[in-house]
Amino acid sequence: MPREPEVTVALAQEHGLTEEEFERIKAILGRSPNFTELGIFAVMWSEHCSYKSSKVHLKRLPTKGKAILQGPGENAGVVDVGDGLAVVFKIESHNHPSYIEPYQGAATGVGGIIRDIFTMGARPIASLNSLRFGPLKEPKNRYLLSGVVSGISGYGNAVGVPTVGGEVFFSETYRGNPLVNVFSLGIAPRDKIFLGRAAGLNNPVIYVGSKTGRDGIHGVTMASEEFGSGGEERRPTVQVGDPFTEKVLIEACLELMATDYLVGIQDMGGAGLTCSSCEMASRGGVGIEIDLAKIPRREEGMIPYELMLSESQERMLLVARAGTEGKVLEIFKKWDLDAAIVGKVTEDGFLRVKEGRRVVAKIPAKSLAEEAPVYDRPMKEPAYVRELQEMDLETLPIPFDMEEIVLCLLRSPNIARKSMVWEQYDHMLFLNTVVLPGSDAAVLRLKGTNRGIALSLDGNGRYCYLDPRMGGMIAVAEAARNVVCSGGRPLAITNCLNFGNPEHPDIMWQFAEVVEGMAEACRLFEVPVTGGNVSFYNETSGRAIFPTPCIGMVGLLEDISHHRVQWFQQEGDLIFLLGESQEELGGSEFLKVAHALEGGRPPQLDLCREKAVQNACLDAIRKGILKSAHDCSDGGLAVALAEACMTHPERNWGIEVELKDDMRTDALLFGESQSRIVVSLPEARIEHLMEIACQFGVKATLLGRVKGDRFRIKGWSFSLDMDPKKMRQAYEQAIPSYFR
Amino acid sequence: MLSVKVMVTLKSGVLDPQGKTVRNALESLGFKGLADLRIGKIMDIKMDGVSPAEARLQVEEMCRKLLANPVIEDYRYEIQEA
Amino acid sequence: MRFGIVLFPGSNCEMDCQYVLKEVFSEEVDMLWHKEQRISGYDAIVLPGGFSYGDYLRTGAIARFSPIMKAVEEFADAGGLVLGICNGFQILCEAGLLPGALMRNWSLHFICKYIYIRVENERTAFTNACSPGQALHVPINHNEGCYYADQETLRDLNERGQVLFRYCGPGGEVSEGYNPNGSTENIAGIMNRAGNVMGMMPHPERACEMLLGSEDGRRIFSSVIRRWKGKD
Repeated sequence: MPREPEVTVALAQEHGLTEEEFERIKAILGRSPNFTELGIFAVMWSEHCSYKSSKVHLKRLPTKGKAILQGPGENAGVVDVGDGLAVVFKIESHNHPSYIEPYQGAATGVGGIIRDIFTMGARPIASLNSLRFGPLKEPKNRYLLSGVVSGISGYGNAVGVPTVGGEVFFSETYRGNPLVNVFSLGIAPRDKIFLGRAAGLNNPVIYVGSKTGRDGIHGVTMASEEFGSGGEERRPTVQVGDPFTEKVLIEACLELMATDYLVGIQDMGGAGLTCSSCEMASRGGVGIEIDLAKIPRREEGMIPYELMLSESQERMLLVARAGTEGKVLEIFKKWDLDAAIVGKVTEDGFLRVKEGRRVVAKIPAKSLAEEAPVYDRPMKEPAYVRELQEMDLETLPIPFDMEEIVLCLLRSPNIARKSMVWEQYDHMLFLNTVVLPGSDAAVLRLKGTNRGIALSLDGNGRYCYLDPRMGGMIAVAEAARNVVCSGGRPLAITNCLNFGNPEHPDIMWQFAEVVEGMAEACRLFEVPVTGGNVSFYNETSGRAIFPTPCIGMVGLLEDISHHRVQWFQQEGDLIFLLGESQEELGGSEFLKVAHALEGGRPPQLDLCREKAVQNACLDAIRKGILKSAHDCSDGGLAVALAEACMTHPERNWGIEVELKDDMRTDALLFGESQSRIVVSLPEARIEHLMEIACQFGVKATLLGRVKGDRFRIKGWSFSLDMDPKKMRQAYEQAIPSYFR
Repeated sequence: MLSVKVMVTLKSGVLDPQGKTVRNALESLGFKGLADLRIGKIMDIKMDGVSPAEARLQVEEMCRKLLANPVIEDYRYEIQEA
Repeated sequence: MRFGIVLFPGSNCEMDCQYVLKEVFSEEVDMLWHKEQRISGYDAIVLPGGFSYGDYLRTGAIARFSPIMKAVEEFADAGGLVLGICNGFQILCEAGLLPGALMRNWSLHFICKYIYIRVENERTAFTNACSPGQALHVPINHNEGCYYADQETLRDLNERGQVLFRYCGPGGEVSEGYNPNGSTENIAGIMNRAGNVMGMMPHPERACEMLLGSEDGRRIFSSVIRRWKGKD
């Protein structure tokens, strides 16, 4: 047995603990921790596991609602969708590992979030992902994109969960700090949800899944540090995923969950055995005793520290009713999975770790899972905010060739078609996907019912950089709008918050502001937060990413026939705009593409107007009035109209549109004013639409008609007349062209 | 203890797009004179309690049955004392 | 009619096949665990899509040795109808029940998208509900869909009408431009010499409801049912 290092303050600090935190640990134990105990505390009190810098702000998010069966605090959130069914969902980040080893970082991210879903008793039926990289023209970023997409594809497809949507963005800000946020959702009967809590004195604790190796030791503390220039040497800490084992684990666990043998279950993800055991004990108000000698291992000579901290993938920890152990193990044997009884539930509230008869760690479980320090870190609005917001956009010259700008925007990787990405994901498995990738939101039917769910991931880092509070509000609003355009009523959200170093007051200020904006929007839309994830320390050499929240919105379609897509459906249909255009260029993709600027104020969101527009749109969809609906976002109105013409799977549409607004042409065509939806409907239904618009107090303006084979937009001082075939080619070839 | 190395390669004539892609990548890194590149698999197997003759028979059958697909792959192997 | 769907560790399309056969076609369906040694009382066996054994070593290489495969072989030898879809096709080739092999897509990427396949032989147990040369709108979903067979095998397949489907355009045009994965001669599906075992890479079970995008996949299952009822 190798001799364990002496525990000193210096060693604690190497583990990411402060001197004060170390003192606290000594006070809790009444003595100095040993090496194993130090590792356990360090990992549970790390930012990633304890949320110590974010908790005080996250408290402001609304988490309760009629349909919310489980809010934050468990492995995933649970929402009632009627007909006796519940959806279980969550989003997580795997940013730092994906920079180090893109394929495996992304693959294990997918594996991890899927485990969080089926551990609650839900069969995972859909995944989405939000990816952000540096500019595509740099080879490193192409390498990262390829690796990450391959990893999500390789793991997600093999594990048998369809990936039905998501988003991909590119910006200098993510150079060196790519973001990989993965969302997953499952279905379960609402009265058969399993929680991650231990209960029942002497109930057996059972380990199932892959053998434990040295994978990922310090993975969690890595996520709590910035990258210096030593990133390349960190390779050994990345875990390798095995989607086949995870698929088998899903089937075996679901089979087990159909019996009544199970008391509680949790997956071993970040911080492995440590996290699952102390959290289950803490939630149940009990203790857990583990005997490391019983843990299935794949390496020799592993010491307790390594066994407790290993992040080997595809493992679950469960508590079974005493007497059912045999039957539980039989189920796992049928599926050829390694399983072993590794401990028992106790009453004394301790996490007690033994190696045979020797006790190697003894810590009160609550102190690990619930009593990590909570910090209210200093915040300070940075000087850049005011400077950028006051950037003078009015004196910017209006471009001469608007048609060229349209093509530039369609070619911009942030707008261009991403089919190169989603065609690598199985997005049809389980025969539920009614709206495939390529529209505003994914829509899945709920078999056995008449209903459906709509799913969207959204978040704009640029807006949040310029005005974090407004950006936070818009992130929620946009996610809701995408779901509404697809026919769904927004129900609840999960969120992944990607930020820089919280020990810097300007970053902490950004965080607090974004969360405040999100909270305001969630309250007004009555869309609670069911849980999520915070990823801090997304910085390289002191430069942080734009504050980037990623909102995962889940909506409900009472009738699956209400689903809508973003593209026009029929020649002769009229095109209307719900909402109003303002003269707002700030924070737009146009500003970046045409002027290489990221400044001004982001478009101003009026939450009440947004809600009215969404309600009007949803009502018109439900009454069968609208044939298509597409929200205006990146690239503004012109791009929204172009997308509605070009994204039909089998053909292009032409349009004849006239815009009567009196404002700068570039703002009118490309400004990103909020709360606007482009809809199409048959001429016979105009009056019905106008009635609804009036009822909700929403402006509905006739823009023109789906007609012919030219893309024509006319205004006071401009006239566009373009070929939709050429536009589609630019839009579809842009991203593949970077890879030739 | 015997140390067995099994090498499974694509039959000549069967297209190897992976090999082609890797060769192109090497060429774009500046390597010259690459006439051909094909990618195969190596399986390292440790065998205990069998004589070299028995091992040979077993390995031959393992290759034929599972380790190589005779429609598209060839195999060869080496057996040594570990 | 009674269908048996074989479930291997890692299969994932078995639930979809069951759903379609039960809900769309109202037929009886059972799942058969791969460790079963006997198959009896079934009129057709389906080997569904997915990632049996994670596609490790080679796709289908390990599944073909599952205990149930002996029974599947016997069932096929006795003239029973066997449908291999995607991973099922791969397993049938590895097991020698169909000639040739499925290799990695030429693009080296996984592809999930809707394509068209042309019916090359409509006088079979699997295509009698199709018209000659009909183009079916069905999705593919695979990483190893590139069909390969040597010249001799290809000649046999063509001469004996064993090629069931080729990748084509919306109007039925078979050309390289419509080949999504590099398959020899755009081959998307074949059957054995006796005409009772078939394998196809596209997923007909994913194209049985207009709500999901296409109903063309129904024709393959209808054909099997018609043949069994003696009505084709």
